[in-house]
Amino acid sequence: MESTGVVVAFYVLSGLTILSALSVFLMRNMVHSLVFLVSVFLGMAGLFVTLSADFIAVAQILIYAGAISVLLVFAVMLTPLASRDNANSLYVGPGVILGGAIAAIVVFTAIDVEWNQLTGVALEERGFVSTIEMIGEQLLGRYVLAFEVASVLLLFALLGAIVLVTNRDEDDETADGDADEAATTGVAEDTV
Amino acid sequence: MTDQPLASTPASPPAGQPATPMAREIIARGSLLQDAKNVSVPLKAAGAVAGLVFLTVNAAIAYIVIDGRLDGEWYDFRDLGNAMARLRAELDDTSAGPWLSYWVTGLIGGVGILSFLGGFLLIGSWIERRMLARFQIRVGPDRVGPFGLLQPLADALKLMQKEVLTPIGADKALFLLPPVLVFIPAMLAWGPMPWAPNMSYLDINVGLLYVISITSLSVLAIWMAGWSSNNHYALLGAMRTVAMMVSYEIPISLSLIVVVLLTGSLNLGEIVAWQGEHNVWLGALLPFAMFTFFFSSTAEINRTPNDIAEAESEIVAGFHTEYSGMKAGLFLAVELGNALLVGALLATFFLGGYTAFGLEEWIPPYLILAAKAGFGYFLFIWLRGTLPRFKIDQLMNFAWKYLIPLSIANVLIVAVEASIAARWDVEGIFIYGSFAIVNLALTVFAVRAWAKVIGYTPDLEHPVGPRFASKIGGLEAAREIQGGT
Repeated sequence: MESTGVVVAFYVLSGLTILSALSVFLMRNMVHSLVFLVSVFLGMAGLFVTLSADFIAVAQILIYAGAISVLLVFAVMLTPLASRDNANSLYVGPGVILGGAIAAIVVFTAIDVEWNQLTGVALEERGFVSTIEMIGEQLLGRYVLAFEVASVLLLFALLGAIVLVTNRDEDDETADGDADEAATTGVAEDTV
Repeated sequence: MTDQPLASTPASPPAGQPATPMAREIIARGSLLQDAKNVSVPLKAAGAVAGLVFLTVNAAIAYIVIDGRLDGEWYDFRDLGNAMARLRAELDDTSAGPWLSYWVTGLIGGVGILSFLGGFLLIGSWIERRMLARFQIRVGPDRVGPFGLLQPLADALKLMQKEVLTPIGADKALFLLPPVLVFIPAMLAWGPMPWAPNMSYLDINVGLLYVISITSLSVLAIWMAGWSSNNHYALLGAMRTVAMMVSYEIPISLSLIVVVLLTGSLNLGEIVAWQGEHNVWLGALLPFAMFTFFFSSTAEINRTPNDIAEAESEIVAGFHTEYSGMKAGLFLAVELGNALLVGALLATFFLGGYTAFGLEEWIPPYLILAAKAGFGYFLFIWLRGTLPRFKIDQLMNFAWKYLIPLSIANVLIVAVEASIAARWDVEGIFIYGSFAIVNLALTVFAVRAWAKVIGYTPDLEHPVGPRFASKIGGLEAAREIQGGT
């Protein structure tokens, strides 16, 4: 059913993705890990393209490779240099267990579900227009509750971020008070 | 040597005598035009014949390839898109399978886009420098070739000759990658651009999302460049770029959502076709969205009102401070190419793309798009010659406090309008004309009202005393130095 191009692309992309994913935790340098993580995201997007899921692929690039990775960039750049080492972590044991569990779930689902494979005419008979329209109709029709819950959650996250960074008046007062204290105690007089 | 002609110096040289030895040398060198005039007549004739033969061969090839040898219909050069569609259909019919048509059309389209972009890179920096010189009442590069047209070529040759250095302490692998990586999004984003009906390289349903997502990828390459350079200025520039791009992606996305709401499609070709069908440019319907897109794009591609990422007077050259030779040249080339790309996107989304009120029947549509993209590029040059640079806090405030709230309000308004347009069965010109007037009025009103509510007040923005410095005892030290208590 699949042409050779798709098969070749699948193997190349999955090889790239798996190697990059391995490198994410084998690299000693956190920044290198981050770069490989982006490569994982891009490889995943490529895999989605080979599955004709164009919207998911583009959303993957937009959200993961474009936004999440920038978030991680800030996270890495704001951590002190000494902790920017990927060498060992407390969470290796739980991480392995959790990862294995997730992989088991995914494999089980992939084997257990009877996948519908429709192409060309069979798809059109079922009223399929394009992925993006189908996703839109499903999101605002059948799964509208989940959609609304997700948007409310995101709104709360946004508000939380704004609340966290808002410069409150009390902060200013305490900062000034500290400055006054520092001025009165005169720590710097002993130095120099 | 400066760009200024060495005409008159106060030392009053004898009349008709050049002032300095170097000026004498330059005048004695002779120009390209004189060289061309000195060519003997038979050689000129031979050249003319060769040129004519070359043109004839080209025309014949074009006739055979484009013209209706395929099905007997006449395709002239205006119908390149339809000719390509016909070619693809023919290739699909052959027994070789779909891969042949993909290969052939992909090759033709890729070479076409690359050559357009390459041609622009060859001429773009010359255009920019000459126009900037015009704005600043200078001459600009006018020595290399006729009108200085070969200046970009000379610059490129110079950059190629220069040594490519890697600073000590740089992260070698990460330092190597960014000049290449930054090129990839700049190329890929040209994919879904519709050049004519039936003529876009990637005719995908998620074209608009694709453009947004691909252009957001260049952040990472820039960050990698800044981080791996092991240079404070480079890192500062890179982090500025990252913060700025992340902030300004939101207004860009919001302004493009508005386009999608009105046209009902994410396909760039269908967006342009909608504008052609209704004989309206979306820029007239959505003035605020167009302004937001244009202004935010200047931040995305580091053009002048927002070019703090590589502010020469503050942090040398920003994220590519440590790059030399052709690596730096690649960054500069990407910057140029991105300016044209944003011009083309602006034309596609807001200025009618390849349509121009029926003119596309007479002029090749891809030339119309190229002209509009060039107009966008000219706007960028104009801004660069006119506006000063923003500070980083002004820039961030402008994105988060002005553009994003107003864009959200804009989305709400246009959503209402789109539902009205979908429900009412009125003549398009009335409904869209009223939308244009309403939107313009609302934009002016909203911008003024919002600016009154949270106008930029510098006194509140700046701290009265040094907070951090006082915490670590810097204030005391400063007082001591000043000879105070």
